[in-house]
Amino acid sequence: MLSDNHESEGVEAKSQTERTEPNMPDESLYQAGRGDRKPRQQPRSPSAICVPPDPIVSIRKLSLFYGAKQALFDISMEIPKRKITALIGPSGCGKSTLLRCVNRLNDLIDGVRIDGQIQFEGTSINEPTLDINMLRKRIGMVFQKSNPFPKSIRENIAFGPRIHGINDKATLDEIVEKSLRRAALWDEVKDRLGESALGMSGGQQQRLCIARAIAVEPEVILFDEPCSALDPVATSKIEDLMEELKQDYTLLVVTHNMQQASRVSDYTAFFYLGKLIEYAQTEDLFTRPKMKQTEDYISGRFG
Amino acid sequence: MSTNEYPLHRDDPPGFGRTSRRTQLAGRVFTWLAGGALALNIVMISGLLILLAYMGMGYFWPKTIQQYELTDGTRLWGELHDRETIRDLARGSEADGESMRISVRQATREVYGSEDFRWIPESEIANTSRPDDLVALERRSNGVFYGRLIGLTKDGTTVDATGDALWYDFEEEIEAKFREGEAIDDFEHDEIAGPTDALVRAKRDRDRLLMNQANGDDVRERLSTLDQEIERLNRRGEELSTELRSKREEWERSTATFETATGAEITLPVATILDALRPNRAGFFEKLGIYVSHLWGFIWDAPRESNTEGGIFPAIFGTVLMVFLMTFAVTPLGVLAALYLREYAKEGFVVRVVRIAVNNLAGVPSIVFGLFGLGFFVYLIGGSLDSLLFSDSLPNPTFGTGGVLWAALTLALLTVPVVIVATEEGLAAVPKIVRQGSLALGATKFETTWKVVLPAAGPGILTGVILAIARAAGEVAPLMIVGMVKLADVPVDGEFPFLHLERKFMHLGFHIYDVGFQSPNVDATKPLVYATALLLVLLVTAMNLVAIAVRNHLRRKYASSAV
Ligand SMILES: Nc1ncnc2c1ncn2[C@@H]1O[C@H](COP(=O)(O)OP(=O)(O)OP(=O)(O)O)[C@@H](O)[C@H]1O
Ligand SMILES: [Mg+2]
Repeated sequence: MLSDNHESEGVEAKSQTERTEPNMPDESLYQAGRGDRKPRQQPRSPSAICVPPDPIVSIRKLSLFYGAKQALFDISMEIPKRKITALIGPSGCGKSTLLRCVNRLNDLIDGVRIDGQIQFEGTSINEPTLDINMLRKRIGMVFQKSNPFPKSIRENIAFGPRIHGINDKATLDEIVEKSLRRAALWDEVKDRLGESALGMSGGQQQRLCIARAIAVEPEVILFDEPCSALDPVATSKIEDLMEELKQDYTLLVVTHNMQQASRVSDYTAFFYLGKLIEYAQTEDLFTRPKMKQTEDYISGRFG
Repeated sequence: MSTNEYPLHRDDPPGFGRTSRRTQLAGRVFTWLAGGALALNIVMISGLLILLAYMGMGYFWPKTIQQYELTDGTRLWGELHDRETIRDLARGSEADGESMRISVRQATREVYGSEDFRWIPESEIANTSRPDDLVALERRSNGVFYGRLIGLTKDGTTVDATGDALWYDFEEEIEAKFREGEAIDDFEHDEIAGPTDALVRAKRDRDRLLMNQANGDDVRERLSTLDQEIERLNRRGEELSTELRSKREEWERSTATFETATGAEITLPVATILDALRPNRAGFFEKLGIYVSHLWGFIWDAPRESNTEGGIFPAIFGTVLMVFLMTFAVTPLGVLAALYLREYAKEGFVVRVVRIAVNNLAGVPSIVFGLFGLGFFVYLIGGSLDSLLFSDSLPNPTFGTGGVLWAALTLALLTVPVVIVATEEGLAAVPKIVRQGSLALGATKFETTWKVVLPAAGPGILTGVILAIARAAGEVAPLMIVGMVKLADVPVDGEFPFLHLERKFMHLGFHIYDVGFQSPNVDATKPLVYATALLLVLLVTAMNLVAIAVRNHLRRKYASSAV
C-alpha cells in the first residue's frame, strides 16, 4: 500500500546544492562507480553520486537479474520531486530496465529477480501486498515507441480515467480536453476526436501517449526515450511539454540525446554496464564531470 | 572505365553478376503460372454461378402452351421441354439429323395419369399452334393442369358468362377462395387447437387421478368434475369439427370446368387452384410480372407435393437460423478458448499439444461430428433435459431428439477450430507494447485483455467467424442425424416461446439432394435443384458479406497506422 500523497514542502526553499547522505556507505558507491574493468580509474571527488533534496522515489541498492544475467548492479539514487531527472548512458546499460523497475513493468517478464528496494513516497513498492494498479496509476509511463490503443483519440485518453472509476461523460470530456491541451495537442485534434488514433503522425501519437499518461493524474511520469523516433520540431515540442509538466509532475527521462538531457533536465544520472557511475545536477555533470567515463561519454570520446 | 563486368542492358555481352536468362525466364514463367491459376479459379467459380443461374432461373419464366396435332389425329397440350436427335439403334449411327423427337410436358394427371412427360417423334406431328385461350393451372396437389376454361359455378350457381368475362370471374373466384382457405386454416389453428390441448391435458389429469386412486386416495369428487370437463370439451370439439367440416364443404363448392386436349371435360373445385395463367396471351411485361411473382413464391412459400413444387422458405429459414445459432455459439466459445490459450495459459508442452489437437479437429470428417452431436447433445444433454423438465410428455422426446439447436451446436463444434486459430492469430498481432501501455496506466490484466487486446483483435476474430459461417452453411452430412429433415415447418409459431429450437428443420443443402435425387419426378424438378443451389450460394455469400462489412467497419474505425 502506498501512503497518501504528501504535500510538497517548498522544493525551491531547499538548498540546491548537492549534499552527501551521511549514512550511506561510501564504499558501495565507489564500488559501483569504479567498475571492474578499469581499476586505474579514480574518482575525482569523494562522491560522484549526489543526493538531491526532497526525493519522491528512492532507489536503494537495487540489483536486477534477467535469469542468470545481471542487468543492474547495486543502484542507489534518489529522484527529486517536481524535477526532471535524465538517465543517460550507452545502449544496453540498463536505463530502460531501471525505469521499468519503478512502475514494476518488469513483473511481466519471466525470470526477473530483483534485490534491493525502491521506495515511492516512503513506501516500498516491492511488497507483495502492494496494489500494483494503483502504483501504476500514480507512476505513469511514456514509451520509446508511441503505442496508442487502436481506438479513437477520445477513447485513448478516456481509457485511463475510466478504468479508475470515472464514467461520467461530462467529466471524461473535460479530462480529455484538459489532457490534450496540456500535451499541446488539442488544437490539432479537437475536430477529430472520434477518429482512430492510429491515423495520426508519429509526433502526434507520442504526444497523445503523453496526454494519456497525464489523464490519470500521476505523480511521476517515466519517459523512455520519448523522442527517439521524432523529428527536431516534434522533439522540441515534447521538450517544451516536459518543461511545462515539471510544474506538477516528477519526470524521469531516459535519453540518448546529450543536448536534450542538458537542455531539459535538472539532474542527470550516467549509467555504464548496469552501474550508476555518476549522478549530479545536470550543469555540473556536463561541465565538470567527476568520473573519467562520464567525461568520455558526454564528450563523445566513448569507445 | 569499363562496366563490362556488370552489364546493365540485356543485349550487352554476358559478364559476371549478370542476371541469367534462365533466372529471368523462370521469373516470367512463374508470374504467368500464378496469374493463370488465379484466372482458372475465377473462370470455374463464375462458370458455376452462370450455370446455376442459367439452369435455375429460366424455370420461373411462364412457358408457352403448345398445341400439337399428331398424324394419328390426337391432340396434345403442353410445354416443350426438350428436343433431341433420335438414335437409330438398328443402324448404329445417328440418323441424318432430320429425325428429331421432342419431350412435351403434358401434366394434367386427371387425363394422363402419372405420365407427366411424353416423347413425340417430330415426324408424327402434323401441326403445331398456340391457341391463346389455353390455361395453365397451378394447384395445391396433383401438379399442373392444362386446359381451356369452359364453365364456372360460384357456390352452386352457374356463372353466365363466356370468354374474357368468364375468365375474370374465374380469377376473382380463385382469389376469394384462396383467402377463404387462409381463414379456415386460421380457424383450425386458433379455435380448435385450444380445446384439443385442454382435452389432452384433462385426460392426462384423469389418468393421474386414477393412479392416485389405486394408491388409496379419495378422488371421487375431483374425478367427477374432471369427467364433466372432459364431457364438455368433447362436445365442444364435436361442434367445432362439424363447423370446420361445413366450412370446408362450403369452401370447395365453387367449381370450374375445363376442356382438356383429349376433349374430356374435367371439373375442379376452385379451392384447389392456386394460380391460373393464360401464358400464350401474356405480353412480355405480364410475363415478367408472373416471373417475379413465381420467384417470390419460390422464396417465400412452403413446399408442396413432397418438395417438387411450391417454395423453399422453410429451408431458407432453417439454414439461416441454424447458421445464426451456430455463430452465436461458436464465437464466444472459440474466442474464449483462444484467449485462454494465448493470453493466460503458460506457453509449454500442454498448450502446444492442445493447439495441435485443435488444428486436427478441423480435419475430422464432418459425419463424425454428427455422430458426436447425436450421442452427446441429443441423447445425453437432450435426454437429461427431457427427464428433468419435460417428463410430462415422455416417452415422446422434446429435446431428446434431433433439433435445430443441437444441429447448430454440432456445427459450432465443427467450426470452432477455425475461430480459435483466427482469434489466436489476431491476438498475437496485437503488439506487446500496446498491452504494456494499458498496464502502465494501471489497468489490470483483465481490463487490458477485455478493453484493449480483444477489440484490437476484432477483425481477426471476424475473419475466423466468416470462415466458420462459410463452412457451416455448406455442411450437410452431420446434420442428417441431428435434426435436419426432408419436410418441416418453420419452427416459429404463436405458441410460447415462439421460436422452437428443439424442433426439426429443413436445410437448403439437403433440400437440393432431396429434390434432385429423391423426388418422384427428377426431370421436372431439375431446374428447381439449380435454383435452390443458386439460392444457397447467394445466401452464404450474403451472410459472409454481412460479416465482412462488420469487419471492414472495425478496420476503418481503427485504421492501421501509417507510422
Ligand atoms: N527481457 C529481457 N530479457 C533478458 N535480458 C534483457 C531483457 N531486457 C533487457 N535485457 C538486457 O538487459 C540489459 C539492459 O537492457 P536495457 O533495455 O535496460 O538497456 P537500455 O539502457 O535501455 O538500452 P537502450 O538505450 O538501447 O534502450 C541489456 O544487456 C539487455 O540485453
Ligand atoms: Mg532502452
